[in-house]
Amino acid sequence: MKNPYSTGRKAVWCPGCGNYAILAAFKKALQELGLKPWEVVVISGIGCHGRMTDYLSTNGFHTIHGRVLPLATGIKLANPKLTVIGFSGDGDAYAIGLGHLPHAARRNVNVTLIVHDNMIFGLTTGQVTPTTPIGVRTRSTPKGNVEHPLNPVLLALSSGATFVARGFAGEPSHLAWLFKEAISHKGFAIVDVLQPCVTFYNTYQYFKKRVYKLEDEGHDPSNYEAALRKALEWGDRIPIGIFYKTTRPTYEELLLKQKEPPVVVKPVDVTKLYRYFR
Amino acid sequence: MQRVDFTFLVGGEAGAGVMLTGRVASKALVRGGYWVFAMNEYPSLIRGGHNWFLARVCDREVRSQRLPIDVIIALDEATVRKHAYNLSKRGLIITEDAPEGGKERVVKIPMARVAKEEGAPPVAKNMVALGAFLGILGYSPDLMTSTIRDELSRRGAKVAELNARLALKGYEYGKEHEGALGFTLKPLRSADNLFLTGNDAIALGALAAGMRFYAAYPMTPASPILHFLAAVEDEAEVVVLQPESEIAAINMVIGAAYAGARAMTATSGGGFSLMVEALGQAGMTETPIVVVEVQRPGPSTGLPTFTAQGDLRFVIHASQGEFPRFVIAPGDHEESFYLAAEAFNLAERYQVPVVILSDKYLGESYGTVAPFNASAAAIDRGKLVEEPQQGDYKRYLLTEDGISYRALPGTEGAIVRVNSSEHDEEGFGSNDPVIVRAMVEKRLRKLELMRREVESREDSVKVYGDWEPKVTLIVWGSVKGPALEAMGELKERGVKAALVQVVFLEPFPAGRLRKTLDALARPYLLVENNSLAQLGSLLKEHLCLKPDDILLKYDGRPFDPHEIASKALEVARR
Repeated sequence: MKNPYSTGRKAVWCPGCGNYAILAAFKKALQELGLKPWEVVVISGIGCHGRMTDYLSTNGFHTIHGRVLPLATGIKLANPKLTVIGFSGDGDAYAIGLGHLPHAARRNVNVTLIVHDNMIFGLTTGQVTPTTPIGVRTRSTPKGNVEHPLNPVLLALSSGATFVARGFAGEPSHLAWLFKEAISHKGFAIVDVLQPCVTFYNTYQYFKKRVYKLEDEGHDPSNYEAALRKALEWGDRIPIGIFYKTTRPTYEELLLKQKEPPVVVKPVDVTKLYRYFR
Repeated sequence: MQRVDFTFLVGGEAGAGVMLTGRVASKALVRGGYWVFAMNEYPSLIRGGHNWFLARVCDREVRSQRLPIDVIIALDEATVRKHAYNLSKRGLIITEDAPEGGKERVVKIPMARVAKEEGAPPVAKNMVALGAFLGILGYSPDLMTSTIRDELSRRGAKVAELNARLALKGYEYGKEHEGALGFTLKPLRSADNLFLTGNDAIALGALAAGMRFYAAYPMTPASPILHFLAAVEDEAEVVVLQPESEIAAINMVIGAAYAGARAMTATSGGGFSLMVEALGQAGMTETPIVVVEVQRPGPSTGLPTFTAQGDLRFVIHASQGEFPRFVIAPGDHEESFYLAAEAFNLAERYQVPVVILSDKYLGESYGTVAPFNASAAAIDRGKLVEEPQQGDYKRYLLTEDGISYRALPGTEGAIVRVNSSEHDEEGFGSNDPVIVRAMVEKRLRKLELMRREVESREDSVKVYGDWEPKVTLIVWGSVKGPALEAMGELKERGVKAALVQVVFLEPFPAGRLRKTLDALARPYLLVENNSLAQLGSLLKEHLCLKPDDILLKYDGRPFDPHEIASKALEVARR
C-alpha cells in the first residue's frame, strides 16, 4: 500500500544517501502521530534535502537558501493550528541560515527543525560546511579544512531550545522515534541528523562504530547540565537521542495572547485609533 | 480677512523635547481648526546635536513647509545661531537669553527659572516655551492644556498636570507680548482632523485593510511604523514582532502570507537590500506580501535621518529574474493611507509582492487630514478558496489570466505546495522546458493584467492645476507636497501651471501618462529628490520623452516650494 504521505514521485538522491532513511523515518513518524497531510506544513531549504517537499504529500514550501526558520515562524504565528516542520541542511541551517537558529530557539516558537547534517555541501558538489571536521579535504579546502567545526547541539542548548536531539540516518527506527518526540514537543525542537554523504563525504562506517543511544545509558533529558556535558562528547563515542527537553511558554502563546490568529483576516476599526492623532 | 499662513520652528539639543513641543503646539492648533504641516530634522544620535521641528500653520489645507520662519522657539543658543538668518521681517525669537548684539526681535522668557520654581526638571522648560508661544499668539489656553494632558497622559496624570502648569506659566509671560507678530490667533472651529505622519497613515491603512501580521527590523526612517503598531497591538489585534534581521522579517511575512494572513514589513533602502532575494521568492511562489520602503539618502548607510528618492530604479528591478510586482509611491498622507490599504487588495488579487515607496520627508512629516474613510478600504482577496477541496488541488493551475486559485494550508483536502524553484502546476520542482515556459508565461500573463489595471486606474497618474498651462511639472512621491504649494505661488504670480504626479511606478502607466502629457502643453519640468532623475529615465524608457528641464535636489533635504516655483517661472518664461 502506498504510504499516505508519499507523493508517488520517485525520490532521486545518490544510491545509499542518508536522505532516504530520513524521509522514510519522517513518513513513519507522521503516520504514527496520525497527522492529516493538510494539517502539516513542511518547509525545505536549499541543498540535497530541499526536495523533501517533492516527496511528501503534505503542504509544502520549498524556500530559498537558509530561510526555513523565519518562514516556519511566520506560518506558525499566522495559523498555530498547523503542524510546522522545517527540513534544512548543515549548509542551509548552520552556514547561510545560522543567524536565525538561536533566535528561533530562544523564542521557543513551536516548530520542529530537522537538519540533514552530512558535514559537506553535497548539491554544489562537495565544499566545506560549518560542521566539516578539521583536516577534511573538500573541493574548496583541497589542503584540508582549517576551521574549527560548529557544535549544533551545544549551540541549540545555549540558545534556549526546549527540545534538543541528535539522530543518525543509520538508525532509522530510532530516528522515527526522535521525529515523533520532536513533532509532539510543544516548543522549538531541533533534531540534528548525522548523515553520510555517500558521494562526497561518506561517514557511514565512522558513525556506525561510534554512536550510542543516550536513553540506553540512563541520561536524564530534564537535566540541563548533563545535556551540556553530553553535547561536548565527540570522539570514540558519539551520543544520539534526546539531550534535553523542557517546557516554556511558546512564542505564539506569548504573542497571540487572546487574539484570534492572524490567518483570520478582518479590518480594524481604525477610527478608535484616531485619538493618537488628535 | 487676512489669511493665516505662518511658520514656527522649535529647536534644541536632541533629548530636549523638541519634537514633543512642536507636536503639542501643532495639535492644539489643529484642534482649533487650523491646518498644520510639520517636518523635522535631526542627526543620527540620541543626546546632543541639533534637532528642529518646523511647522507651517494655515487656515486652509497646507501641503508642505515654507520658509521663512516667523517664530523661533529656541530651547538653546545654537537654535538662534543656526536659524536667525531665516527669520521673516515680522518674525521674533522666543528664548531664554538672547545673544548680545543680535538685530532680531527677541522675547525673553525665563524658562529654566519657571521650571525650577515649579519643581520640574530643567528639561521641562520646553513647556514654558510652548506656553509663551501660544500666549504671544493669544491662542486658547484651554486647547493648549487639554492637548498637553492628552499627549502626556501615558506618563501619568502627575507629569501631565505639571507640564500643563508650566505651559500656563509660560502662557502668562507670552501674553504680555500678545500681538507682537502683528496678528493673534483664535480657534476657528472645533475640528476632528488628524495630525499624523505618512508612516502613521500607512500603518492605519494597513490595519483598515485587515493586516494582522507585522514583522520589521528597526531602521530609520521606517521604525515609527513599528513603534505605532507595537503600541496598539492589542486594541488593533495585530501580531507585531521585531525579528533578528530584515531577511528574517520578510521571510516571516512571506510565511504568514502563505498561511493566509495579510502581512507587511517596512524598512529603508539598506534593509530592503537585504530583503531582495526574498522579494523574488514572493514573486516566484506567488505569495501576496506588502513591503514598505521609506527611502533615505544612500548609497550604503548614507544619511540615515534625511530624505531622498534615490531607490526608485532599485526597487523596480530588485531581485534576479523576471517577475511581476507593483511599486506604488504615495505623495501625501491621504495617499499613504488609501494606497497602503489598496496594496493588500492588489497583492492578493494578483498574488504578487507590492512595494510601497515612501521617503523620510513624507514618512516622518506631519500633515493635517480629514478623518480617513476607513470603509473605503474594502477587502478583496481575489481568487482565494476557503472550502474543502476534492480531487487534486493545484496551487499553480494554469489559467487564462495567469492567476491560480489560492487555497490556504490547513484547508481539508487541499495540498498547498509552493516552490521558490521553478515548478509545475502542483508545485513540484521541474526543469522540463515545456513546463518552465508555461510558468514563465503564466507570470507574464499576470504582468499583462497588472499593466491593464494600472492603465485603467484613475489614481495611477494624477493631474492638478490648469489644463492650459505655461509650464507642466512632473513629479512622483513626496515632491507632490512642495510642488502643489509651488503651484499656489505660480498662480499668485499669474503663471498657469499643471502638475502631473506618477503614483504607480511599476507596472508603469505609460499609456495613461502619455495621454495626460499630450493633453498638457510643454514645457515639462521634471522635479525629483535624487541626482540621476530616475523618473526621467523611466519617461525615456516608456515614452521616449525628454522633459524640457529638470530640477534635482540631492542634499538630503526636501524641496522648499519657492525653489520649485522659481525654477518653474524660469522655464515658463524661456
